[in-house]
Order: sequence, then C-alpha cells, then structure tokens
Amino acid sequence: MAEYVLETRGLGIRFGGLKAASDVNIRIRKNQIYGLIGPNGAGKTTIFNMVTGVYTPTEGEILLDGVRINGLPQEKINHMGIARTFQNIRLFNNMTVVRNVMVGLHNDPRYRSGFFTSVFRLPKHFRVEEEMRSEAKKLLELFGLLEVRNELASNLPYGKQRKLEIARALATKPRLLLLDEPAAGMNPQETEELMDTIRKVRDKFDMTVLLIEHDMSLVSGICDSVTVLNFGTMLAQGDVETALSDPEVIRAYLGDDN
Amino acid sequence: MKRPAKNFQWKHFANYIVISVLLIFFAVSSMTGNLRSSGQYLLEKIGYSMILAVSLSMLVGFLGELSLGHAGFMCVGAYIGGKTAALLVPALGNGLPAFLIAMAAGGISAAVCGVIVGLPALRLKGDYLAIVTLAFGEIVRSLFLNSSPESFGGSLGLTTPRYDRNSLFIIAFVVVLLTLAAIQNLLRSRHGRAITAIRDSEIAARATGINVTRYKLMVFAMSAFFAGIAGVLYSYANQTVQSSKFGFNYSIEILVMVVLGGMGSINGSLIAAALITYLNVKLTKVLTGDLAVLQNLVYAVILIVIVIYGNAPFLAPLREKLDLGALLRRLTRRNADPAYRRDDEKSWARVPTKIKMDELLSIDTRPEDNRAVRLNGDKPGKGD
Repeated sequence: MAEYVLETRGLGIRFGGLKAASDVNIRIRKNQIYGLIGPNGAGKTTIFNMVTGVYTPTEGEILLDGVRINGLPQEKINHMGIARTFQNIRLFNNMTVVRNVMVGLHNDPRYRSGFFTSVFRLPKHFRVEEEMRSEAKKLLELFGLLEVRNELASNLPYGKQRKLEIARALATKPRLLLLDEPAAGMNPQETEELMDTIRKVRDKFDMTVLLIEHDMSLVSGICDSVTVLNFGTMLAQGDVETALSDPEVIRAYLGDDN
Repeated sequence: MKRPAKNFQWKHFANYIVISVLLIFFAVSSMTGNLRSSGQYLLEKIGYSMILAVSLSMLVGFLGELSLGHAGFMCVGAYIGGKTAALLVPALGNGLPAFLIAMAAGGISAAVCGVIVGLPALRLKGDYLAIVTLAFGEIVRSLFLNSSPESFGGSLGLTTPRYDRNSLFIIAFVVVLLTLAAIQNLLRSRHGRAITAIRDSEIAARATGINVTRYKLMVFAMSAFFAGIAGVLYSYANQTVQSSKFGFNYSIEILVMVVLGGMGSINGSLIAAALITYLNVKLTKVLTGDLAVLQNLVYAVILIVIVIYGNAPFLAPLREKLDLGALLRRLTRRNADPAYRRDDEKSWARVPTKIKMDELLSIDTRPEDNRAVRLNGDKPGKGD
C-alpha cells in the first residue's frame, strides 16, 4: 500500500498556448478530507478532469495508491477506484432515483451478467436484479432518499439531487471520492447537513475525499488540509488556517490593496 | 430473497399477448379463406415495419443517437439475405431451412455494418451523427445499384424466392415477437439501464464506470441486425429487391414511426408502424398518377405536426387537455391519492421513460443550466 491514496507529481496541462495548470503537487492520505480551493478560473475543475481521465495531462503524473493512471479512459479510472460528482449536477434525469444508483452498481463484480443472460432471461438475471435493487436501497437509506426512490431524478429538490449524485458515485465502490463544489447553491442549513453527510461517508465507507469548494465555512469545517490554486499554480498548501492566512492567498482572493 | 415470480405483471406482457391474439385471428381467417392475398401482403409489410420501428426505437429512443440510415441496414439485409436465399433454394428447397440461413446471413451482415457505422458514433453527436448515418444509407444503396447484374442484379434489382403466401405473414409475426422479446429483455435489464444512462448523460455514465464504447457498438449492431432481418423478410415478401426502395425517404418513414409512437416507447412504435404502413398502402391506392408525389409529403407533415404539437408553447393548454396519461389517471382515480407513486419496485421490468425529440439533437451544444452559479439559498423552482 502506497503512502498516499492520491499523489500528483508536477501535474500540468496545456490547451494550445494556454497553460491551465502547471506543477501541481497534491498528496492525499487515506481517510483525509482534502480541499482544493482558489478563485474562479484557478484550474480546480481542470485538475478534477485530469484525475478522472476527462483530460490527459501534458505534464507530470497522477498516482492512485502508487499506480500511474495518466491518460487512462474515464471508465477504467472509475473501475480503479475514483468516483466523482459534477459542478452542475449530472444525474440520469429520465430514470428513477433507485435506478440511478443501480447504474452505479453496474460494474460490481458480484452483479456481472452477460448480454445473453438478460436477453434469454436466465435465472441469474433475476437474481442479479433483486440483489442490485436491495443493495441500492441500502445506499439510499443512508442518504435519506429511500422515500423518494421511485421519483424521477429530475423531480428531486436540489439538495437531494446533490445527495443522489454522491450516492451514485459511492455505488461504484471507490477508494477516492471527488466532489466538485458540493455546496454550490445550498443555504447554510443545507451546507451543514452536507458536511455531516461527507463526514458520515468518510467514516462509514472508509473513504478518502477530495473536494472543490468556495464556501469557506464548509472548507474550514471539514477539511483536514487544503491546496490553494491560482492561475493553475499552487499558492499554498497545508492545514486550512495556515493556508488561508498565507499573504499570497489573501492577495489572490482580495487583491493587492489589502 | 424474494421470488422473481412475485414481480410478474401482466401489463409487461400485454404487447406479446395482443400481437399473438391478432396473429391467431388472421391465421384462422386466412386458413378459412377469408383473407385475400392483398391482406396477407399488408400483414407481411406491417410485420417487417414493426421490426424496423422497434429496432430503430432502441437506437433513437433509448441510446439517444439519431440515425437517418436505418433503411441502409435493411438494404444490406435484403440484398445479402435475398442472395443467400436465391442461392440456397435450388439446393434446400423453398422451405424453413433456407429461410433461416438467409435470415442469419442478412442479419449478421447488417450487424457488421452497424458496428462500422457505430464507430464514428463514438465521436459524433446529434445532428452530425445523423448526417453520417444518412450518408451510409445512400452509399449502401448506390453500391448495390451499381453492382453487376450477375451478383446483385444492378439496376434491374435482385430476384429472390418468394415464400408461400399463406404462411409468410405468420412467420413474419413470429419474428416480430422474437425481436420484441430480445429488445425488451435487453432494455429491461442492467444493460438497458446502462444504455439509458448514456442517453441521459454520457459524461456522467462514463464517470460512473459505464463502458460507453461497448454499449454504443452493442446497440448499433443489435439495431442493425434486426433491420437486416426485416430486410430479409422484405425480400421474401416482394420476390425482388430494388435498391431504389431503400432511399432516404424510407429511413424517414421508419423514423416517423418511432417519433409518432413516442420516443422511448416500444409499444408506441409497434402501433405507429402498423398505422403508417396501413396508411401507406391506402395512400398508394388513392394517390395515383401525378398525385403520387404527395405520398412522401405525408411523412414530413406528420413529423412536423408532432414536433410542433409536442413543443410549441402556445399549444400547452391543448396538450394538457389531450394528455392521455392524465385522462387515464382521472379514469382510474389514481390522482385522488396524492401519495400515489408509480412503484418502481413492482415494475422492475418497466422499460425506462420517454424523451422528447429535441433532447436528441445537439445534446452537448446546448448551454449548461447554471444552477451551480446561483446565489446561496436561491434554489431553482419546480419548472426549472
């Protein structure tokens, strides 16, 4: 077992002449909740996209438990143990809540069944369907979504959609969970609830969490350590208070005159 | 663990039952001599139209990829299957064995074409893919049109054996039932969930570990396979395969069946296929001479009317008034109970929900909804 669940070494990406991120070094230990913060356009989501395989980094490497994952296809990276949520929620809107989670369970080795098993309705098909459904229900219960399991995902209120996205990500049995602005658009009470959920997820699923967030109350409330980014480079790193009191960070957020 | 039989619901098998009952009815009337050969021919036509509509429905309504080249797959099946049959019949006789081998040959060759067309589908979306599939249909058609007279008949068309009229329509409907079973069973399984997940959000499906490449190719191949089978039935029903039949207009005709039936609704496609084929045959009789041109106009008009009816804001009150689902709920008093929810658990085998035509086009080019940048506490409303 490697020392860090996720480690990036000199990670960077260029889009033509634009350097969106460069020399980013992040190290996340097991069971940490790690924050990635910075002003708008700092390259936070770009880093998420590199880690999950949406973009292939042009510099540096990404190690998941010591295994290099640069440039692997997205689904492969998910199979290796990274799951994510999106800044603008992306649920399977025309499907019910429980089916959204069942899609997350799709690649669980216990529930593998082939094309012909389904087409010819072999007994295994029925067994797998039953087991997937009860497993999905267990997950939904944990997130307080059991009552609404038969609703279409698009009909859920905003806060519940966020939770469903996390539940779907967890259904893929990841080692590392990436949350992209989980508290965006939430009121303080919902944010509070979300913080509880994230802590619960970490403890219950023995999870490591990397999150992007603008809401500083959430960041200082749950993050064990943070990396501050600006213009694609790292400004500061360490525990929340030290990083946020760094003069460079203050300048990036508030401007020179302060 | 619960027994699967507990979940058995008649409504999931209603379409098989209705088709079987109709088939038995027509078979009996054919045997007693009450069904004329024009009626038998119409039934054969309805049979292969249903197969085409259901297979295209899987591609368009469930995977969410717009294809305008379905007639191209059918063309491949018709020519390859028809040629196989023409070669086999002298040796095996005009019976079931030759028919089944021709089916397999036509279906598999069409499926191979499906994979070939599916490959660009991995990179293209919406309107762009539609143009590629359209091109495919035209290429296949002109390839067969320019073939030598000995191989595929060239511009004269390929002469194929004809099956016994009294039993071909029965066989056609048995094939419809098998197609329906295969497609429905696939869609009502974990694979079907993965396919609809790709339709709803390809990015999220990838991030959730769904192998998008595999599923897209699988659906393209399967859809083309059944279109190929429909092509073989066509060749058996018509005695001759003319490449001019499989033009762009025919692809649109199949698409109109899917759209008219409601995208993402298998039963709807079946009914629409029967209706449109019937309408088509009647129109051919009515519109003769110079008026024959108008026949192609009918599909365009139907398509435009459906899209306007489904989307125009000023028709919203009318839509609500004519909403069949709401009417049914009112009739069965389901909405008397506000807690009523369609129980997903009992209907584990329900085919997923419907989507609208406009959701298919330019899926990723539409602006993102900007929920995430809303101010704190400013939650989106219901009508969002």
